[in-house]
Amino acid sequence: MRRRLLNSGLSIALPLVLSMTLALPVTRAKSEEAKSSAMEVRVDNFTFALDTLTIPVNSTITWVNKDDVPHVIASSDGLFKSKALDTDDRYSYTFSKAGSYSYYCSIHPKMVGKILVR
Amino acid sequence: MTNKNLFDSKANGLIEHDHNHDGIDRRGFLKCMAWAGTGALCVIEGGVLKSYALGSQAGGKMKSRKVGGLRFVQISDSHMGFNKPANPDVVATLKAAVDKINALPESPDFILHTGDISHLSKPSEFDNVDQILKATNKEIFFVPGEHDVLNDDGAMFRERYGKNSKGQGWYSFDKNGVHFIALVNVMNLKAGGLGALGDDQLEWLEDDVRHLKSSRPIVVFAHIPLWSVYPQWGWGTDDGAQALSYLKKFGSVTVLNGHVHQTMQKVEGNVTFHTAFSTAFPQPAPGAAEGPGPMKVPSEQLRRVLGITDVNYLENRHALGLVDSSLV
Repeated sequence: MRRRLLNSGLSIALPLVLSMTLALPVTRAKSEEAKSSAMEVRVDNFTFALDTLTIPVNSTITWVNKDDVPHVIASSDGLFKSKALDTDDRYSYTFSKAGSYSYYCSIHPKMVGKILVR
Repeated sequence: MTNKNLFDSKANGLIEHDHNHDGIDRRGFLKCMAWAGTGALCVIEGGVLKSYALGSQAGGKMKSRKVGGLRFVQISDSHMGFNKPANPDVVATLKAAVDKINALPESPDFILHTGDISHLSKPSEFDNVDQILKATNKEIFFVPGEHDVLNDDGAMFRERYGKNSKGQGWYSFDKNGVHFIALVNVMNLKAGGLGALGDDQLEWLEDDVRHLKSSRPIVVFAHIPLWSVYPQWGWGTDDGAQALSYLKKFGSVTVLNGHVHQTMQKVEGNVTFHTAFSTAFPQPAPGAAEGPGPMKVPSEQLRRVLGITDVNYLENRHALGLVDSSLV
């Protein structure tokens, strides 16, 4: 967000700039099946980079906040909750049981994601 | 920041639409909407909306109109501790807001802060804001933003700013015949949802206004807009409509919010909704960017998109005037 907006003072130019820069790094789909037991989920522009992620049991997910504002990672049923993550702060949680885990940002609740553990 | 060129010079920068009836003047309303956020002043008197240019002439007019009533200032979203490119010096801009308040032609009776005092809920951030705002010498009423309740469900916020509040920090008080209601809509937010007041607070609100006469002017203030500004970005309150349903009997309701870091205004029946500038950084207009985060503007333009809101209540005129002014 910070880098993308740095050179674009006019909001009218934003959609163009954003669509151009976004086209480059998005080689991953929004939902993905992980092969390794450690995965990173970037939090960027008020969204979780992978909104649905399938992982093996005992995998560790690390959320990294790339926004200029803090986010709080919280499971919808209260199983886990991070402290407030400032820019570049990380939070990890290891999923030891199979199941479906919904989570959200507890201060920006429109931000939602899901982890499927198999 | 004025719009003198938009105004009829014969009226000395002042346009009034007083048609001596109770309906809102459509033409005046539309003009007022067009100016919202660019330094216009909108006043509703007896259901008639009037528009004034910002500046010394209009300020003088307003001053001469005052026959009692009260005057207060709303500030919002100080985000003390924020240091990213959208504003590397939020201390300086908050101080500029204080200077602006102290330079008002008519000193306000008190100040409302509609939340996000701090950026990360740190004691040092709250301390900094308290220290800077002391220079106003005014009583200040606060409601929390989501940035003020990050790690402790608002315990520190209430300890500092809400000692006499109820529940998670809501309260009400009266000033010069106007009833003020401070609401908290930044806690216990549900996944996928918007801002939330919750059943306990709604119950308290219904009870709080039950005994009041319908002629009593009401001012509600809360961090996240109570009206649906842009739900896609979370700019609204899930049970805001429920809260407003308890205020239907009142002839004059003014709802003051922050959170969106830009001025917006909507008039619906007897209710005027208004959001204030931030003193820290601007955010994009709804849908104008991929997300609602801090927006970097050229540094020489920053103080034009930050500011304060001056609110004027004219006794026996059923009126609340709202003036947004940028820092420069």
